[in-house]
Amino acid sequence: MHAMTPPPRKSRVASVVDTRAFDLLSLTIAFVLGLHAMHLPWWLGIALALILGWRWWQRRQRTGRVPRWFKLPLLVLLVLAVIAHYGSIFGRAPGVALAVGLLILKLLETESTRDVRVGISFACFALMAALLFDQGLVATLVVALGLLPALATLRALEPAQAPATLQRTLLPGLGLLLSALPLALLAFLLVPRLSSPLWGAPSPNEARTGLSESMSPSGFTDLLTDDRPAMRVSFDGAPPPANLRYFRAYVMWNYDGSSWSYADVVNRAPAELKAIGIVGYRISMEPTHQHVLPMLDMPLGAPTGATLRADRVVMADKAVNDPLTYTAQSAIQYRLQPELGVRARNLGLSLPVGFNPRTLALGQQWRQRYGSDDAAIVQAALTLFHDGGFRYTLAPAPLGHDAMDDFLFNTREGFCEHYSSAFTVLMRDAGIPARVVTGYQGGYWSKYGNYLLVRYSDAHAWSEVWLAERGWVRVDPTAAVRPQRVSLGAAAAADGQLPWYESRWLQSLRNHWDIVNRWWGQGVIGFDTLRQHGLLTPFGIRDVDTATLGVLLAISSMLFIAIGLAWALLRRQVGDPLRAALHELERKLARKGIVRRPSEGPQHYLSRAARALPGQRDELATLMRCYLELRYAHDEPPPESLRDFRRTVRDFRVVRVVK
Amino acid sequence: MRGTLQRVQTWAERRLPALTRYRRLESLPIELHRRRIYIVPTGFGIGFSLLLLVMMVGALNYANNAALLLTCLLGAASAASMLVAFRSLDGLRLSHVRAGHAVAGQPIELMLEFDSHRGRSAIRVDVGHDSTAFAIDAGGSTQVKIALPTVRRGWQPLPRLRLWSSWPLGLFRAWSWLYPEQSVLVWPQPETAGPPPHAAADDARHMRLHQGDELAALRDYRAGDPQRHIAWKASARHTNLLVKDFEQPQSRPQWQLDWRQLHGLDHEARIARLARWLGEAQSQRHNYSLWLPGNEIASGNGPLHYARCMSALACMP
Repeated sequence: MHAMTPPPRKSRVASVVDTRAFDLLSLTIAFVLGLHAMHLPWWLGIALALILGWRWWQRRQRTGRVPRWFKLPLLVLLVLAVIAHYGSIFGRAPGVALAVGLLILKLLETESTRDVRVGISFACFALMAALLFDQGLVATLVVALGLLPALATLRALEPAQAPATLQRTLLPGLGLLLSALPLALLAFLLVPRLSSPLWGAPSPNEARTGLSESMSPSGFTDLLTDDRPAMRVSFDGAPPPANLRYFRAYVMWNYDGSSWSYADVVNRAPAELKAIGIVGYRISMEPTHQHVLPMLDMPLGAPTGATLRADRVVMADKAVNDPLTYTAQSAIQYRLQPELGVRARNLGLSLPVGFNPRTLALGQQWRQRYGSDDAAIVQAALTLFHDGGFRYTLAPAPLGHDAMDDFLFNTREGFCEHYSSAFTVLMRDAGIPARVVTGYQGGYWSKYGNYLLVRYSDAHAWSEVWLAERGWVRVDPTAAVRPQRVSLGAAAAADGQLPWYESRWLQSLRNHWDIVNRWWGQGVIGFDTLRQHGLLTPFGIRDVDTATLGVLLAISSMLFIAIGLAWALLRRQVGDPLRAALHELERKLARKGIVRRPSEGPQHYLSRAARALPGQRDELATLMRCYLELRYAHDEPPPESLRDFRRTVRDFRVVRVVK
Repeated sequence: MRGTLQRVQTWAERRLPALTRYRRLESLPIELHRRRIYIVPTGFGIGFSLLLLVMMVGALNYANNAALLLTCLLGAASAASMLVAFRSLDGLRLSHVRAGHAVAGQPIELMLEFDSHRGRSAIRVDVGHDSTAFAIDAGGSTQVKIALPTVRRGWQPLPRLRLWSSWPLGLFRAWSWLYPEQSVLVWPQPETAGPPPHAAADDARHMRLHQGDELAALRDYRAGDPQRHIAWKASARHTNLLVKDFEQPQSRPQWQLDWRQLHGLDHEARIARLARWLGEAQSQRHNYSLWLPGNEIASGNGPLHYARCMSALACMP
């Protein structure tokens, strides 16, 4: 009659993941791939995307791992491709390319719950790695968005759930992340930062950005069209007027006929400076992978971790590979190096032999005409630029062997670099010591954020000439051609020459948006050891050391755990409404001195109450009857009768009995 | 590995009564309470926290605060998932356990009814090595069917049930032991072959065929059918004659199954034989009565009667 075979013992919790979990995993991995697509070589990105899509399609047709003979060659190909493109598998970019590739290959063999979990962990790691390339606000938010499909995948692995909709899939993960946010922020604030890296910090192998140590005609063009933020400056007090916002980076003495270059002179003392108007300010600069720290003209000293070089150029001890914030003071009116030594004077007059004969002739002609009046010669040059038919353009015609002759007498078009270069050469030809200074000029003043946003496109080059008794004087020949460049900024100067995506209204929108970036940069990215140690200054603790931070972290984590536990243990009291109603009645009666004795049942008690309150005997008798019926006549009291009973109890008033 | 775990578990039950305190028999309904819910990270949870550690050290090393923030966020979300795991068990109530019927050796079907004020997902019940997952809607109840292996007849106490969940992320596993004070009755296993009950011969008179008197259907006339059975009115509407067919009640021989008649067999063999006879009587739709020492069940048939007889057999000492 009964078969003796044991029942099927197969667990109903399947170990092969269902399509939904696999789809979500594929989505997560596709998201990771999308994030990294920009850092990968394009052919690798496309190949990986194809493999991902194919595997997704194949798994929909039939479950099962991809055979080994298919996977192994792909793995070898991946490693070879990475080595071929980057030359190594170590380092940030090749490492990330390898990690993303391995993640996609992991999908090929993903079948079980365990595989999916490993894949999700790996995907979380790859998500984090995306932040090594860009840790801006938008990038971080996008990466955090990638956690949603990852969490949804982990949820989808659990058996027996309510049927899934898009909201039920993604929203709980969002809720979890949001509820975890306070604890996350706290941990972020209090996790002790490393004062020095445990292993080598990433090598700055990406292209250098910002100003370079040499300036050749049209070498600036890339910079002038790069409108990423270079630095943000906030001033103590009012900002200096627009025409004084010159930020000095490099001072260039050496000219070889085609380009100017900076030579670092370490052991010379900074030139003497007599400051008149002093401005204090704070600069948060983006990483440039260079040493130079731009300072408002003319810096009084170097911030900590940097030195002031001979020409009042400030060099950081370490290359700026991470966002850096420093404070400094500068004199906006000054007298620099009133006495010029012979060596410096010769350096300021030296020119390569055999270049630019017509420029030389012009300089010598001016010297003869104005005699020893250097200021008049400077003015003559500026007049030439202003009235000589010169044009400001970011796309000038190329220059020949005698570049300055070509520029001054043929093309007559160019931008700051051409003008400062030509001006300096002219001055040297006329016997006035002169040099080229590069840096930034202008910037966007954010009224709401109270800071000056300086972009790479605000890069500028100007000249300094040495005049007797006045020292080095800043002369901006570009301003003679295009005054807007100095008063309104680079974008205004290049008006009409910018592509649509850099049009003015878009630029203004981006200028306003930058305030969020600044907040992010200062509050999150720039939160370093120093800031962390000053965290408790408002509470009177000047310097928080690592041990204190650890204790604080432990204490506040406990606090959060307590809050979380309180939530977890919270249970809505689902009491018995009938009993609650009787309690209410008892309270009302007790106020009149009719207290229920511990040994007393409801019937006895209410009868006693009816005897004590003869005026309300009928009411109390009805209440008693109702209660007894509700309590003892049913398993579950009918809801309508229960509601009636509760209402009657609520409306019941004990009438004072006059004895 | 499993053996070691089991030994550790036994040792823990002996040495740590606090852990086993709730493993005494309890009467239904059982509501899970925070003091009986335990929670540990799963293997995946440990691996994931190691990964988080690696991510954090990496972020700190590269002084990448955005990555650190992301790591902190993931870590905090993992910690929060622990509370969610706890909450998915807290307040869950096992209200009823109903058992089906099974003979010894066959798994018996248990119907566990859980209810809850909150909706819950991905809760699993383990009985032995069998695991079943279920979900509950808010304020609703769910019936979970599990198969419990049986060995011998008689009352069998329910084993410890383990309720556990790794909801929502699989990083933590919360569990609780249930030990409901309820037993299920396992029927005796019938012998596979043996003689038919000899009492059957005595009741030959009950097997006499006779025609019933209830009209069942009309059928075509066959030679020899009595004339008075012809349905004349119905036949008038048809080309051939129709005959009223009267139901012939099943022959219902009375089987008197008696413990006393089974001489020369030991106790369990008698029970097994009676169980087989009961099964045969039930499948052949005989009327049968059962006499057992201290228990006499009058003649009857039908599934209820069968269940009553089998239960009486199962309860034999």
